Amino acid sequence: MIVLKGGTVVGTEQRIADVAVDAERVVAIGSVDVGPQDQVIDCSGAWVGPGLVDLHVHLREPGQEWKEDIASGSKAAAAGGFTTVVAMPNTEPPIDSGQIARYVFDRGAETGLVRVIPSGAISLGRAGAKLAHLDDLWAAGVRIFTDDGDTVADSGLLRRAMDYIAELGGIVAQHAEDPGLAGRGHMHEGAVSSRLGMIGLPSMAETIIVERDIRLVELTGCRYHVQHVSARQTLDVIRRAKEAGLPVTAEVAPHHLEFTDRLVETMNPVAKMYPPLRTKADVAALRAGLEDGMIDCVATDHAPHSAHEKDVPFEEAPRGVIGLETAAAAVNTSVGLPAVTFFERMSIAPGRLLGLETGPLAVGSVADITVFDPSQSWTPGTFVSKSANSPWIGTEITGRVRATLLGGQVTFEHKEGASE
Amino acid sequence: MSLLTIEGLPAAEISRLLDLADGFVEVLDRPVPKVPALQGRTIGMLFYEVSTRTRMSFERAAKALSADTMTFSPSGSSVSKGESLKDTALTVGSMGPDLFVVRHASTGAPWRVAEWTGLPVINAGDGAHQHPTQALLDCLTVRQHFGKVDGLRVAIVGDIRHSRVARSTAQAMATMGASVRFIAPRTLLPFDVEGWPVETTCDFDGAIDDLDVVYMLRIQQERGGGDVFPSIGEYVNRFGLTRRRADRLPEHTMVLHPGPMNRGVEIDPAVADGPRSLVTKQVANGVAVRMAVLLDQLSGSEKT
Repeated sequence: MIVLKGGTVVGTEQRIADVAVDAERVVAIGSVDVGPQDQVIDCSGAWVGPGLVDLHVHLREPGQEWKEDIASGSKAAAAGGFTTVVAMPNTEPPIDSGQIARYVFDRGAETGLVRVIPSGAISLGRAGAKLAHLDDLWAAGVRIFTDDGDTVADSGLLRRAMDYIAELGGIVAQHAEDPGLAGRGHMHEGAVSSRLGMIGLPSMAETIIVERDIRLVELTGCRYHVQHVSARQTLDVIRRAKEAGLPVTAEVAPHHLEFTDRLVETMNPVAKMYPPLRTKADVAALRAGLEDGMIDCVATDHAPHSAHEKDVPFEEAPRGVIGLETAAAAVNTSVGLPAVTFFERMSIAPGRLLGLETGPLAVGSVADITVFDPSQSWTPGTFVSKSANSPWIGTEITGRVRATLLGGQVTFEHKEGASE
Repeated sequence: MSLLTIEGLPAAEISRLLDLADGFVEVLDRPVPKVPALQGRTIGMLFYEVSTRTRMSFERAAKALSADTMTFSPSGSSVSKGESLKDTALTVGSMGPDLFVVRHASTGAPWRVAEWTGLPVINAGDGAHQHPTQALLDCLTVRQHFGKVDGLRVAIVGDIRHSRVARSTAQAMATMGASVRFIAPRTLLPFDVEGWPVETTCDFDGAIDDLDVVYMLRIQQERGGGDVFPSIGEYVNRFGLTRRRADRLPEHTMVLHPGPMNRGVEIDPAVADGPRSLVTKQVANGVAVRMAVLLDQLSGSEKT
C-alpha cells in the first residue's frame, strides 16, 4: 500500500487527509494507519488531486527522436505531474493510420510512466488534401483528430472530416491559423513586430478559422476543440458558440498565460512559438477565460527542439517551446487558480474530453494522482526532457510537483535539490 | 561595446559621431587618405547578404584607418556545407578579429553574434530591422547640406515596411529634431507605428509642398514588397518621384536614396542624377561615418 500522508485532498471538496492506494485504486481517504510494509509520501502543505492530463504534446517519435522520444517525453510528463498525454500526429511518418497509432500506444505502454494516447491526423500525410484513415485510427483507439502544426484550410475537406468523425463520436481539434493571413509571419503582428521589422502573424489568422469552423460545427454537429487559443478575439467567438450550446471546447498553453510579444525583443528564439506570443490584453483575456471556464483546460503544446536547432537567428528557428515540467507551476504562478479549479482545468476537463475515468479524487478512483505543492518556489534550469527550449529558464515560478502516481505506481517523486 | 541599433542613442551621442565623421571627410580628401589610428587591429566582416556598397564602404573605412579586414561571405564557403551562423562566427572569431561587422537577412542576427563571440559588433543591416551606420551617414549628409537636422521636414517614401533604412534613419533624424513622415501605400507601411516619432500618410502629392528632404526607397521584392500593389505602373503613378513631382518640390528640397536605385520606378533617372540629388554624397559620407564608428568602437579597448 502507498500512503499519501497529510495533504489537502482535492475531491469535490477539500480536506486535509491521508490517501491510501492499493493496487490500481484509491482504497481510503481519511486517517490511514501506516504499516511497516507501506510506502509513505509526505504530502503536508501539498494538494493531492487527480493526475494531470495534457491534450497536446509533441513526443517526436517516430522520426525525430533526437529532439524527444516517447520514453524521454514520458519521463518529462511524469515529472510535470501528468498521468495522461495526447501525442500530436506531426511525426515522421505522421500518425494517419491505425498502424502508426498502435506503434505510439505500444511504445507508451512499454515505457509505462504515463498513458500515451496518440491523436490522429485528419488528412492523409497531414497534407490537407485527402482524408486520413479515420476509421482505422478510431479502431486503434484514437479519439482526437487534428492536423496540428497546420490548419485544415480546405473547408470542404474539414466538413467531410467533421461528418465522418461526428459519426464515430470523436473530436476534431484545430490548429487555427489561416495560412493566407499568417503568411510567413514569425511573431505576433503589432507594434513590436513593426518595430523589429519582422513579418507579423495577425490574431485574425486564428479567429477567422475558429469562426469558420464553428459554422461547420453547426452544419455537422461534430465535437470541436480549439487548440492553443492565443487571441482575445478568438475567445469571444468561443464564448458565443458555447452560449449557443454547440459542442465546442478550448485549451490554452501556459506560455500564452504569461508572456507577451515583448519577449521577442530579446531576439532569443525561445520566444518563438505558434501561435505567437501576443499582447498584454490577450494574456489578461486568456487568464480570465481560464478562470471562468470559457477555456476548458490547459495543454502544454510541449514542443521539444535540440539546442543547436534553436541556437540560430530568431527568424530561422523552429517553432515551439517545451512545457511539460513547468506547466503546473506556470499556471499556478500566472493565474493562481483555487485547488478545485486547478484540477478541473488540468485534469478533469481534459480527461472528460478523452472519455477517461477522471474525476475528483474519491475512494474507488483509479489511482492516477498528482501531489502538487502550490507554495514552493523554484527556478527552472535543467530538464528531464531531452530538450531545454523553455521560456521559463531563469524565471522563478511557484508550485512544485512533489509526486506522480499512475495506476497506483509512483512514476515520479521530487527529491529536494535533485533537478534544479 | 557594440553598435547594434540607433534606437535609444541620444542626440548628443549622434552629434559626437557625426563630428568625428566630419573630421574623416577631411582625411579622405587628402592626397594620402590614410591614418594609422587602427594599425594592428583586425575587422571581421560577416556578410550573409549580397552587398556592394556597405561591404566596400566598411572595407574602405577599415583600410583608411590602417586596420586589416577578414571578409566572409557565404557563397562558396562553409555555409554551403551546412555550417551554422554560430559556428561560423566562433570559427572566424578564433582567428583574432577585434570586432565584427555583421549583415544578415534575419532580425537580431548581430545581437546573437555579439552574444556568442563576446566581441563588439557593428550591425551592418539585420533583416528589415536596423542599419545604424546608414542612419548616421544620412544625418551627416543632411547636416552638411542644411547645416542642421533640427527642424527639417523629412519624408521617407516607398517600401517602409520592409526597410531597415527607414526604421533607422527615421529614428536618428527624429532624435536630431527633424519631423519625419512615412509616405507609402498602406500595404507598405508598418502595421503599427505606435510609439514611433513619425506620422504616416498614403498621399504623396498632398505632402509634397512642405518638404525639406525627400528620402526615396526601393521596393524590396525579395522581402515581399513586390506583391502588395497591383502593378509597377500604378506604384510609379502614386509613389514614384517622377519629374513632374520633383518639379513641384520647393526649390531648396533635396533628394536622398540609400541605393541601390531602381531608376524609373521609385525615382526618375533625371531626378536621381539632378541637382537636388545627394545620393553620391551619401555614398562618400558612408566611408567617413564608418571610420568614425570603427574608431569609436575600438579606441580605448586594448588588443586582447
